[in-house]
Amino acid sequence: MTLRLIGIFALAAAFAGAAQTQAPSKSPASAKAASPAPAASKGVPRAADGHPDLSGIWTNVTITPLERPRELAGKEFFTPQEAVEYEKTHVRNRDDRDAIKGTNADVTNAYNDFWWDSGTKVVKTRRTSIIVDPPDGRIPALTLHRQSQLRATADARRARCTRPGCGLENNGQPGPADGPEDRPLMERCLSFGNAAPMLPTAYNNNYEIVQTPGFVGIDVEMVHQMRRIPLDGSPHVASNVRLWVGDSRGRWEGDTLVIDTTNFTPDTSFRGSDENLHLIERLTRIDADTILYRFTIDDPTAFTKPWTGEIPFVKASGPLYEYACHEGNLGMTGILAGARADEKKAAENAAKKGAN
Amino acid sequence: MSIGSSMKILALVMTWAAAFASAQTSGFPRTAAGKPDLNGIWQANNTANWDLLAHGSAPGPVSSLGAVGAVPPGEGVVDGGVIPYLPAAVAQQKENLKRRWTDDPELKCYMPGVPRATYMPYPFQIVQGANTILITYAFAGAVRTVRMGNPGKSPSDSWMGWSVGRWEGDTLVIDVTSFNDQTWFDRAGNFHSDALHVVERYTPRSANVLNYEATIEDPKTFFRPWKISMPLYRHVEANAHLLEFQCIEYAEDLIYGHLRHKDGDSNKQGESK
Repeated sequence: MTLRLIGIFALAAAFAGAAQTQAPSKSPASAKAASPAPAASKGVPRAADGHPDLSGIWTNVTITPLERPRELAGKEFFTPQEAVEYEKTHVRNRDDRDAIKGTNADVTNAYNDFWWDSGTKVVKTRRTSIIVDPPDGRIPALTLHRQSQLRATADARRARCTRPGCGLENNGQPGPADGPEDRPLMERCLSFGNAAPMLPTAYNNNYEIVQTPGFVGIDVEMVHQMRRIPLDGSPHVASNVRLWVGDSRGRWEGDTLVIDTTNFTPDTSFRGSDENLHLIERLTRIDADTILYRFTIDDPTAFTKPWTGEIPFVKASGPLYEYACHEGNLGMTGILAGARADEKKAAENAAKKGAN
Repeated sequence: MSIGSSMKILALVMTWAAAFASAQTSGFPRTAAGKPDLNGIWQANNTANWDLLAHGSAPGPVSSLGAVGAVPPGEGVVDGGVIPYLPAAVAQQKENLKRRWTDDPELKCYMPGVPRATYMPYPFQIVQGANTILITYAFAGAVRTVRMGNPGKSPSDSWMGWSVGRWEGDTLVIDVTSFNDQTWFDRAGNFHSDALHVVERYTPRSANVLNYEATIEDPKTFFRPWKISMPLYRHVEANAHLLEFQCIEYAEDLIYGHLRHKDGDSNKQGESK
């Protein structure tokens, strides 16, 4: 359970999901998803209809990165000792941020460790990355088409950054702030990119699952994004209907809940995905305290091949808080007012220069 | 068989029949645990979101929109037809009404609070688990968790409140507290303070209809509790799904428009869509 006040961030580079071009992977990864999800053990709690009971409050907070760090290349799992070392180093490096106290960088970073709640432990499977396929643990290369599309978008934003009032975005890059539409989805409280797929982010990494025979609802604490998963076998909504968390349909494959999600908005980009993203998620309750969560990103117009990640969801105590982000979004007011003040100051300075 | 014993059997059958009819509430579905199964997509069908009280039709705020945006008439949903405001609150409601087109939190896509979320002109979905019921609303992606039994005290105030549920026979009773004072009850400026306490009752009426009642108590605003009631209708169309109405984008110009770069209108997405 975490209590985080409504806030907008000056810096959240790790969570920005910014469009970055990826080096092509050298590993000969298969296009299909890695090994199938494990079966639920016999002892797991079951709902009245016999399916494993996924309901409850869960967290996927971890320091395990989505992509395997270069220095861990070829290493899929930590030994228990290595995991402890990694955790120590990670937490120590994080604490080093205190060294910048009182500096401009400190203010720009805005949040220190009091605010972040991104965990202190690696995943209990001791994997070195959330990505399990390709085997190198790295996101496959973007297609050339997608690369040029994202480059064009980034160039257009940079081109509009030639005059004052272009502030730093929360990925640390300069970005225009002519109006709210210029700003990243996080700052607009539209999405924190952690609802589909469900991956840990800055804080509030909590999920409440309510399961019925015909429907599964997942309340994502981070800005109360709601995953609605009908199990009714119906087709997806019409292709012109686009939703921030996509349009989901679920089904049971044995003891695993499989969720297919399509119809994302073109702006709901996850690590470079586009509106053709087909997200496949698999939830398997493997013991009393754990759901093993697997997701596959299948988006042939954005990625050169599909990729798959795996992360355990662990029982949490709760309750979930109501994260009223938009309702308290004074950050956006500050960002836009700040940009206007910068413009005004620049105009005044220019006028002074002219007068001299 | 004597007449006496026949009468006894008849009486018994009638008792069973009555019990059966009551328990089944005219075909309302039931969960495996035997409780009314409220799972589904529901919607009110009235003008309460315009005004909880009886009201005639009225013009909308923008004449270019013609009939769209104008206020439709309604008979009201308040029992007794009166909201028992304290004197100071009467003045505040009048002030709110004057500023309805600028101050209603609905304009800004804020979570609507309870009970307003129930009778907005958008559907909501009940997801009824064994110990927890999620109610997810189309408008603003609002969601609330109804915790059954005794979940303890609310950890903080919120827009949608702290909902604690219990069954009274076939009625789901939800006690909601711990609100902030930021939401209104309707577009007519009816309002409350952070002392708001709402008791909702969802009772099966027929297979696809619920009776909804909300008792509203707020000693800072009203001199006695008062009640609204209305039916809620199940969406029975095949493959009915709740599509989130994420309205933030459409409220940004209203909220932040004054802070735009003066030539920045060319970046407005809403214009081109």
